[in-house]
Amino acid sequence: MKKVAFWPWLWVVLGGLYFLLPLYATLDFSLRAKRGVLGLTAYASVLHNPKFVQTFAFSLRMAVFTIVVSILLMVPTVYWVHLRVPRLRPMVEFVTLLPFVVPAIVHVFGLIKTYSQPPLVLVVSPALLVGAYVVLSFPYMYRAIDTGLRALDVRTLTEAAQSLGAGWGTILFRVILPNLRVALLSGAFLTFSIVMGELTLALYLAWPAFGPFMYQIGQNRAYEPAALAIISLALTWLSIGLIQLFGRGHAGQAQIAGAK
Amino acid sequence: MAFLELADVRKVFNQSVAVEHFTMGIEPGEFVSFLGPSGCGKTTTLRMVAGFERPTSGTISVGGVDITHRPANRRNIGMVFQSYALFPNMTVAENIGFGLKLKHVDSKSIAQRVSHLLEVINLPDKGGRYPAQLSGGQQQRVALARALAIEPQVLLLDEPLSALDAKIRVSLRNEIRAIQRQFGITTIYVTHDQEEALSLSDRIVVMSNGRVEQIGTPLQIYTYPQTTFVASFVGTLNVLRAKVIDPAAGRITVDDQPVMVARSLAQHRAGDMINVALRPEVIGLDGAPGTINQLQGVVEQVTFLGGTIRTQMRFASNSLFFDMFNTPNGKLPQTGQTLTVTFPEASCLLIDGPVGTSATV
Ligand SMILES: Nc1ncnc2c1ncn2[C@@H]1O[C@H](COP(=O)(O)OP(=O)(O)OP(=O)(O)O)[C@@H](O)[C@H]1O
Ligand SMILES: [Mg+2]
Repeated sequence: MKKVAFWPWLWVVLGGLYFLLPLYATLDFSLRAKRGVLGLTAYASVLHNPKFVQTFAFSLRMAVFTIVVSILLMVPTVYWVHLRVPRLRPMVEFVTLLPFVVPAIVHVFGLIKTYSQPPLVLVVSPALLVGAYVVLSFPYMYRAIDTGLRALDVRTLTEAAQSLGAGWGTILFRVILPNLRVALLSGAFLTFSIVMGELTLALYLAWPAFGPFMYQIGQNRAYEPAALAIISLALTWLSIGLIQLFGRGHAGQAQIAGAK
Repeated sequence: MAFLELADVRKVFNQSVAVEHFTMGIEPGEFVSFLGPSGCGKTTTLRMVAGFERPTSGTISVGGVDITHRPANRRNIGMVFQSYALFPNMTVAENIGFGLKLKHVDSKSIAQRVSHLLEVINLPDKGGRYPAQLSGGQQQRVALARALAIEPQVLLLDEPLSALDAKIRVSLRNEIRAIQRQFGITTIYVTHDQEEALSLSDRIVVMSNGRVEQIGTPLQIYTYPQTTFVASFVGTLNVLRAKVIDPAAGRITVDDQPVMVARSLAQHRAGDMINVALRPEVIGLDGAPGTINQLQGVVEQVTFLGGTIRTQMRFASNSLFFDMFNTPNGKLPQTGQTLTVTFPEASCLLIDGPVGTSATV
């Protein structure tokens, strides 16, 4: 019995070390900005940098727009695919994976080439950035919504609502969306952390975003990038924690969805 | 003109016919069941009435108004689904009130109506629960209340009990029927359970392969099946191969034993082989000789079923089974024993072709 348990645990520990050691090293390094003492100097320096607040606020706004647009675009689309053309689901799923296939650099040059000349000059508008972020969010949003809808009996719920007199708007906003709350939250938090850290698109479209700021710091400083890395990691973990929290808070609801 | 009219309704799904020549009128307050095997088009017909499918041709009207092309959400037809389909994000009361809210009924009237319906479905204190906190039977009762809340012109139920276990099925079906009577609502009930259809309905529509086989009261359907399909699908049957002796007199033989049938054999000639069907319950052991048909055979198997005893008998080439009550002092047939069974001549159904085809009797 003990012998059986030994090897799996060894791998778990080795794997854990592989991930945690660099993290610990980064954390330790970020605390050593003042020679000889452990302190938060690097963190203070990052947080006092006015650009930190500016770029963070900018990216935050972009993230919120991205999430809203993405939900408004994806929920009706995925719902429609589930309801009317379920056989197209594999195709739609493939399309949503394209952001993983097309490198960001190709994506951004395509955008610049297309939208920097008439008839559509969009490179100066943040709408283009949001649009590009919406595309980046596809894999996460689609998967979240798809999973959420799968847990519901979409067709029957739609018909039940119709027979009670509901039109499409009512069905989407009063029946479908409320039941996707947990799914949408997890999609939204994932999108949030993607947008907050995104570098290439923001850099080449020349927006003062958080990603380029981190990059810039990394170029010129020694301890601050480590501090920033820890801060953004904390942000990501906060997002994941919130997903867990909301997910658990609505466990009853998730159960309902399963108990068709 | 009846209240709900289906006139020559037909539905084709990419070249395969799901329903055709469906014509019937349903009276106000009537309880009609659609009965038939899987895939015969019951649900499709119901969905056309609900507005979820458009007929390929034909018309549907309610109260004299043609609704064939009206969208489902403007039909005012209530629907109860096999899977309950309650909105998981709403409480029981919110589910029931949903349709009224969409009609902009004021919230006080909604609350009154909801609590009345909760009384009707016998769940007066469950209004604040979420659907997941209810049993299947309770959920289906809520679904019924939700459909009734909008005072629909027609109530449709698609196998509402098939997801429930047997005991609840029987009690809930009676409850549904009682509520339907109380509201006097015109109802179509889809089922593939003949017992359900026979015990609940004012009239039954037996369907097979997208066509109506017979429309009639439960008694008519059971006692006077008009097609072989109906005869074999509703109730159980013994089918015997018989030889026509005298078509005019209705005289035939089953394995060389004489049998009289009280039906015309005019389309047959002496020497033809035909199928005669007998319901197990018309077969007995003690009839007055002479007036009643008798067949002598060997008992092959006796099965104890609790309240009844099923006996399987074999003749030269035919076999049949019949049931008798398990009375304390009745003597039971013994395996291997030679036995004579009797049945009235009027109870012989004539069937064309092999059982399961839908030829006219
Ligand atoms: N949306 C659809 N697309 C294509 N064919 C369909 C569709 N819906 C039903 N059919 C076909 O129409 C026929 C009738 O189906 P229907 O669902 O009405 O049967 P049913 O009598 O309700 O059967 P069951 O007892 O299994 O529910 C079947 O052959 C089925 O395959
Ligand atoms: Mg069906």
